[in-house]
Amino acid sequence: MMLYLRLFWEFFKTGLFSVGGGMATLPFLYDMSAKTGWFSTAQLADMIAVSESTPGPIGVNMATYVGFSTAGVLGAVIATLGLITPSIVVILLIARVLHAFRQNRYVDAAFYGLRPCSVGLIAAAGLLVVKIALFNVELFHSTGAFLDLLRPKALLLAALLLVLTNAVKATKKLHPIIFILSSAVLGVLFSF
Amino acid sequence: MKILLQLFAAFARVGVMTFGGGYAMIPILEREIVDRHGWATSEELMDYYAVGQCTPGVIAVNTATFVGYSVAGVPGGIMATLGVVFPSLVIITLIAGILTNFADLPAVKSAFAAIRVCVCVLIFNAVVKLWKKAVPDKAALLLFLLVFLFSVFLDVSPIVFVVLCAVAGIVLTRMGVRGK
Repeated sequence: MMLYLRLFWEFFKTGLFSVGGGMATLPFLYDMSAKTGWFSTAQLADMIAVSESTPGPIGVNMATYVGFSTAGVLGAVIATLGLITPSIVVILLIARVLHAFRQNRYVDAAFYGLRPCSVGLIAAAGLLVVKIALFNVELFHSTGAFLDLLRPKALLLAALLLVLTNAVKATKKLHPIIFILSSAVLGVLFSF
Repeated sequence: MKILLQLFAAFARVGVMTFGGGYAMIPILEREIVDRHGWATSEELMDYYAVGQCTPGVIAVNTATFVGYSVAGVPGGIMATLGVVFPSLVIITLIAGILTNFADLPAVKSAFAAIRVCVCVLIFNAVVKLWKKAVPDKAALLLFLLVFLFSVFLDVSPIVFVVLCAVAGIVLTRMGVRGK
């Protein structure tokens, strides 16, 4: 019972304070992983991949996934309800004053500060994924050899994906799911 | 009652058809809300979407609550929101259930090790794309750098940064440094 309440509360906070949609929930999930130990950084990276490759908004998918892996089907439902409750409350409160809200200069000014904040938080959370996906910090700590810190296959794949998603005209508009699935195939073929 | 079920079904369809949320959702919303049901005009829909972006939470959820509320009041807002999250609940629970059983297979581990690399690149690309809109001037750049560095090196809840930056946005705007 306590676990369900805690799940609801953690996702309620995520829903209330994540601004900017999609990836904006990510820093909150990392914070949750560090504080509760419900899931590891690596597991979270896998959940992002699944959330990006399945139908539905990413933020909702991630809440469902975290809830399910923490406390089963009921956990999935409770985490998702926790995430959407603040949205429902806030939207219903401002629905009547929609135009005044959009044009309010304080709201506008607050969002001027919130937007770079959201990007900074996502970038910092992304760095944690980089640390486990491209580098092998544990092996480096045990051997002390600098080359052991790098995962060469992963770095090559990252370089390839960066080029394909940004510089190659034929591929850069493709849906992320195509890159995720291709990566999975390469991972199995070259035993990452 | 009928309208509530229609809202639930329409937004469940939006949930199923949306991969990733955000802008990918707009054409599907247009088809369901404007073309099929006539619940809002294109302009109204863009207004809802814009407010969905500048209120807390997942944009798709916010937009659903808004459209649902404008069509059928508070129950409408709740039903539309439940509709948009329903497919995620079903699909993710199924996939997560299956994956948990196969997570220890070497092939699955290799696949996910490579997928994590892809996730890095996707997050990087998302940051670059968001950056262009979010960091228009020097003061915003300073906020970005402060939040990034402090959250990398300190163990502080993201909530603290969100609250401080909302205040900073108001103070910086009043000081007149915005846009410089």
